[in-house]
Order: sequence, then C-alpha cells, then structure tokens
Amino acid sequence: MIDASLKQLSQALAAKQISSVELTQLFLDRIERLNPTLNAFVTVDPEISLKMARAADARIAAGTAGPLTGIPIAQKDIFCAEGWRTTCGSKMLANFVSPYDATVIRKMEAEAGLVSLGKTNMDEFAMGSSNETSFFGPVRNPWDISRVPGGSSGGSAAAVAARLAPAATGTDTGGSIRQPAALCNLTGLKPTYGVVSRYGMIAFASSLDQGGPMAASAEDCALLLNTMAGFDERDSTSLDRPREDYARDLEKPLAGLKIGLPKEFFGEGCDAAVMAAVRAAIAEYEKLGATTVEVSLPNSHLSVPAYYVIAPAEASSNLSRFDGVRYGFRAEDYGNLDDMYMKSRAQGFGAEVKRRILIGTYVLSHGYYDAYYLQAQRIRRLIANDFVEAFKQCDVIMGPTSPSTAFKLGEKAADPVQMYLSDIYTIAVSLAGLPGMSVPCGFAGGLPVGLQLIGNYFGEAQLLNVAHRYQQATDWHRRRPEGMA
Amino acid sequence: MSLTLEQVQRIAHLARIEISETEARTTQSHLNGIFQLIEQMQAVDTTGVEPMAHAQDLSQRLRDDVVTEEDRRAAYQAVAPETEAGLYLVPKVIE
Repeated sequence: MIDASLKQLSQALAAKQISSVELTQLFLDRIERLNPTLNAFVTVDPEISLKMARAADARIAAGTAGPLTGIPIAQKDIFCAEGWRTTCGSKMLANFVSPYDATVIRKMEAEAGLVSLGKTNMDEFAMGSSNETSFFGPVRNPWDISRVPGGSSGGSAAAVAARLAPAATGTDTGGSIRQPAALCNLTGLKPTYGVVSRYGMIAFASSLDQGGPMAASAEDCALLLNTMAGFDERDSTSLDRPREDYARDLEKPLAGLKIGLPKEFFGEGCDAAVMAAVRAAIAEYEKLGATTVEVSLPNSHLSVPAYYVIAPAEASSNLSRFDGVRYGFRAEDYGNLDDMYMKSRAQGFGAEVKRRILIGTYVLSHGYYDAYYLQAQRIRRLIANDFVEAFKQCDVIMGPTSPSTAFKLGEKAADPVQMYLSDIYTIAVSLAGLPGMSVPCGFAGGLPVGLQLIGNYFGEAQLLNVAHRYQQATDWHRRRPEGMA
Repeated sequence: MSLTLEQVQRIAHLARIEISETEARTTQSHLNGIFQLIEQMQAVDTTGVEPMAHAQDLSQRLRDDVVTEEDRRAAYQAVAPETEAGLYLVPKVIE
C-alpha cells in the first residue's frame, strides 16, 4: 500500500479494501518511525488527520466521495491551514496557529476530501535550495542522509521519496518544486503562473510564487492538480479560465512531438553524469516517436542575476508585514516602537531571509531603482521573449532540472552565490511564468537525476502527457531509496 | 559596485532589522558577492524593452464594493503578541 499510486489507493478505498483511517494510520506510523531521521515534517497532529480520515470514510460510505477522497497528503508548511501551526520554516511564525485555510488547503480537504498528514519542513520563507535555512533544522535526503533534499520544498520531497506520504504539495518561486523533485527522484509540477491560487500561501515573491503537486508519477500529479487548480476571486492574479481535466491527455501517443533542446542548457556548467542521464532520456523520447530540434534561449544566463533582484525586491515588501504587532514573533525586550520592529525582525528572521530583505530594500531604494529593479524587469521581458521564439519551433523544451545531484549538507551553505546557481535551469521558466516539471530520468553515483520539461503557457496537460508516456516506458520513477522500508 | 559598511547599516535600518557591526561586516561581504553576480545585468543594452512586472499581462480585476468578509476579529487577534479591548498593543508612540 505504501508504494501504491493515487489511482490504486482510490480504487482500494472505493472497494473498501482499506479505510481512510487505516491508510492514514499506516502513514502516520511511518512518519513516527522515520521522521526523526529525515526531519521532513515539522508538525504532525494525528488527532486532526484521523478526524479528516473518518469524515472521508463517511463520504465514501455515503457514495459522495471524489476520486481522491480519503487519500493522505503532506502539506508544505507555507500553506495556512486552520487550526494547524503554520511556520513557513521560520522562528517568526514558530507559534503561529493559522486562523484560516489557504484556498489550496480548502480545495484539497473540504472539496476533494484529501487527508492532511501534517506540515512539511522547508527553507525559511521558501528562500533556499537545500532546506538548510529552516529554523527547524535541515531535512535529510532519503537517498543519502548525509545529503540535502533540495529546496525550498525539501520536506515535501523527502516525505514522498521515503513514502511518509503518498504525495505532497509544494510551491515554486525559482525552482522550489522542480529542484527538490529532481534531487529526491520525484515528479513535480510548477503550473503556469496564476493557475493555482496563492490565497493563504505565505508570500515570498508574489509575481513568481506558484503552488503545485509533488508525487511519484505524472499521473498522480495530474490528479492532484485537478484538485488544486482553479479560479479564486481571493487571489488578484488568479486566472479565470474554464475548468480543465489535467489527466485528459495522459495516454496520447508522442509520435510527432517536437522537443526543443536549448543549446544554453547543454553546454558547460552541468555535471557530466547528470547530462548523460538527460541525453539518455531524450534518446528514449526519440524511440517514443518524438523529434528534437536545437533552440536558443540567449538571455537565460541572465536569469539568476535578474531573479536575485526581482525576488528579493518583492520579498522585502511582502515580509515587511512581520513587525511583531499583529502576529508572529515579538522580541522580549525593546524600547520604543521602532526598536520593537528592529529587534523582532533581527531575532525572528534567519540569515538568508535577512540577506534577501536587504538586497530587496537596496534595489528598491532611491537612486538604485532604475539600475537594478527596472533593468531586471527588462531582462525578464527578454527572457520571456526567448521562450516565445523557441516555442515557435517546438512543443516542449527539455533539459536538466539541476546542474548536479544532491549535494552534501553544509557544502554550499556558507556561499550564497554557489547556492543560488543550483537553480540556473529552473529560474528562467519562473521569470517567464511558464509551466515546468521535473521527471526522474536516471541516477548518477547512486543519486537521482531529474529531467526538466518546460511547456508553453497553460500546457500542463501536455507536459503531464509527455511525462506519463515516458514513465510508461521507463521505471526510474518507481525506484525507492534503501533503508526506508 | 561595492557596498560600504555604512551603506549596509543604512539598508538594515531602512528594512528595520537591527544589525551589529560584526553582522554588518559578514553581511557586507555576502551582499557584495551577490551584487557581483547581479552586475552581469549591466552589460545588457535594454533600451526600448518594456519592463515585465508580471507573468501575465492582465489588468487587475475589480470587484463590487461590497462587504465580503465576516467579522473574525477575535480569531485574528488570538494570534497577536499583545492585545487589549480589541486593539493591538505597541509601545507608546505619542508622548
């Protein structure tokens, strides 16, 4: 049961082979046993989870269940969930019990009947690529516990990889779903910006943040996206589009598919063993009937510099709300109001979050706005235009998700710039607002490698189709780490 | 470009983050490393390029000007560090 797909779990629940309470307890037991090693969950509350499971069982008995009713899921601790401690990986929110539900949580729990198993660890305020910036300590990669799981959705990735949960939610601002999915051998999807509501998803960089599923397969991701996506009037940038069934095209043959290979993603800067696995995956696609064409994203090398202006600028504004007044941490001792702000923020935020707030404050300050913020926004346009041109020649774009496999804990923690370069292949996609996926495509030195699939705007169903057909022909996504039985 | 220690301290003040001199020095070296990366942008001529603020070129939706939220003041204030009689308490601002 622990390795079952969501479809199999759904069938088992419908056939009454197992109840949601039993299934939930099975995963809660695994969390209790394995989480002390992995630190994937920061909050588990069996009482709430089992209550949801009982409600799901009642819906199944009454014949009012949806396709995912009763299936347990791990929630990234960036989603506000009523009655749950919601920390965003920060001391600032270490004791914050959310008074309301994020739209994603409401849709998954109240509408779809999924059972939340708990809240997963993450880089503080989603700022990181290794899960080492969490106030609650690093998460360990189930494939090698001396290594990082990636970030910022590292807890969600480790939880699903070690089967502490059948699937999880994640969020992606510059690669935070795709990179941990790659490092932990998962399938993860960052939808087109605006497809999944940001309401109740604690804001990092509002023009980039997007929630999405992390699971064992493209099929699981499609079923989850069906529950997560949809217009939400409470999110001012939510897109009002007709409902889609993201699983509708899963089985479509790939004959005639045109895959664009950006020459910038196949040059220097990527580990040779990672590149070999990616090339082997592309050869497999050719066997499935796809053809490849070289494309160019000539400004992609500017994506990391532009991102580290835009994301911190938005973050410095978003995180100004944490002032020790209405919620969150307040320093013990302080003098006047200004001193209270300064001490609460100095003590409540970790080093990486402070760095980004300072970068953002600087690039938005008088005299520097044009040189940095406006210039970054112009480069963002050039990067987005590169994709528009590339998609004139192909249906999907492929390349590596991450330039390396999972690195050692501590290896890049002291050098912010090295850490930022972990996301060289994912950030351009985020700046353009396009959908992107990571799909398991092999191993290098015993560690998972991810293939990145990039689609055109609203190409989620096609991306899932392209990933699913590959997963029918390969079994990389079914490999499980040893020692996590 | 390279930030001076005084600039780092000024930015920290603007961001309302207390910073010691030791912290400011470490921060200065980290920020200068990051800005070296960011400087790559300056080599690009972007004359005439429309800045892209957002992934979707849409104008903000407007909604009818009607009350949509219910009164949940008690629930929202339950998570505040200090409240009294429905108000948030902070140090005295006006002498």
